[in-house]
Amino acid sequence: MATMNILVATVEREVYRGEADFLAAPGVSGELGILPRHCPLMAKLTSGELRIQLGERTDEVFVSGGFMEVQPDMVTVLADSAERAADVDEAAALEAERNAKALVESRQGETDLARAEAELAIASARIAWLRKKKKH
Amino acid sequence: MASAKEIRGQIKAIQNTGKITKAMEMVAASKMRKAQQQVIDARAYAEGIRRVIANLMQAHPEYRHPFITPRDEVKRIGLIVISTDKGLCGGLNTNAMKKAVQVLKSVDVAADVMNIGRRGGMFMRRCNVPIIGSVENINDQPSMDEILGVVQVAMKHYLEGKLDEVHLVYSEFVNTMTQMPVASRLMPCPMPEEETHGGYWDYLYEPDSKEVLEGLLQRYIESLVFQGVLENKACEHSARMVAMKAATDNAKSIVRDLRITYNKARQAAITQEIAEICSGAAASA
Repeated sequence: MATMNILVATVEREVYRGEADFLAAPGVSGELGILPRHCPLMAKLTSGELRIQLGERTDEVFVSGGFMEVQPDMVTVLADSAERAADVDEAAALEAERNAKALVESRQGETDLARAEAELAIASARIAWLRKKKKH
Repeated sequence: MASAKEIRGQIKAIQNTGKITKAMEMVAASKMRKAQQQVIDARAYAEGIRRVIANLMQAHPEYRHPFITPRDEVKRIGLIVISTDKGLCGGLNTNAMKKAVQVLKSVDVAADVMNIGRRGGMFMRRCNVPIIGSVENINDQPSMDEILGVVQVAMKHYLEGKLDEVHLVYSEFVNTMTQMPVASRLMPCPMPEEETHGGYWDYLYEPDSKEVLEGLLQRYIESLVFQGVLENKACEHSARMVAMKAATDNAKSIVRDLRITYNKARQAAITQEIAEICSGAAASA
């Protein structure tokens, strides 16, 4: 079966590079499943899980937004921030959520509030993902 | 000639300075390795986004964003100057500032400056150029959050039409001995080299082309600036390492010269003393 090349990167580092025969990405309006030889697609991503499958193996990467470009043989994910499943520490995620909540509650000005809400959404998404992971 | 005691004091002082510069050299060397690694780590994203944008330009999207459309008349330009926060790094900032001045002089119109790094800000204030955005004290491992503010200011002014072009000046890391100041145009975006596959095609956009393109171009510009900041950090540490090495070597050679002078002075004092004793003995005999 055909495979496609995957590159997942944030501005700071390369998170994942390799081949895959299936990719599921969290698009803003629903999950997107990509198979090799997909037609060119440019999608905005929301915070959630990126599943990369190659044969029996599945790799998971948490992204908190960004963009994905799909070419027939190549998928480039430009994530705003991304973590491999093994990197995410639940304690750290909970801490981030607490901080974000505190910021929303103390609300200082419009811009701060918008930023805090965005942070809170990401932190909650990350925790939900970790919980789901644990049940399996 | 200075007395032996004075020279001894001088030797001590210069030796201490040498120790400090030696320590700074070693600190800079270790920071340089980290900074270089960070530049390499960040390359994947830069390459990815460059490829995506190049593809995008070929795809002839129906929506033309102001970030990629050059304006007919340029009335005012913006300049983002990336420099270091601290000195003691040789001619690095001086060379970058020369480049910045060159850019400012090459256009006939007025300019606003945004600075990333304290040195550039100080220089531009002395030149009486209006500064509209500034971020200082960048972490040794820079993060995107730190520079976003300045980039936002640049984009806002550009979109509002207060600036018609935005340029970027920073030092590029060539190797440990060589850093090159570079200037490039940030907005309207310089387009990556196109290799045409021919034929008309376009992407599917999700949710729609406007939102995707806007977000992507914004990130492209941000990543260009971020790359500049990382490169500049690597330059800063390597330039500092080289400068401190030169200072340590200088301190050593001054100490060597002073030591000879000191020995001569001591010798002269002894000779004189013996001569005095001898002549005293001769007189009393």
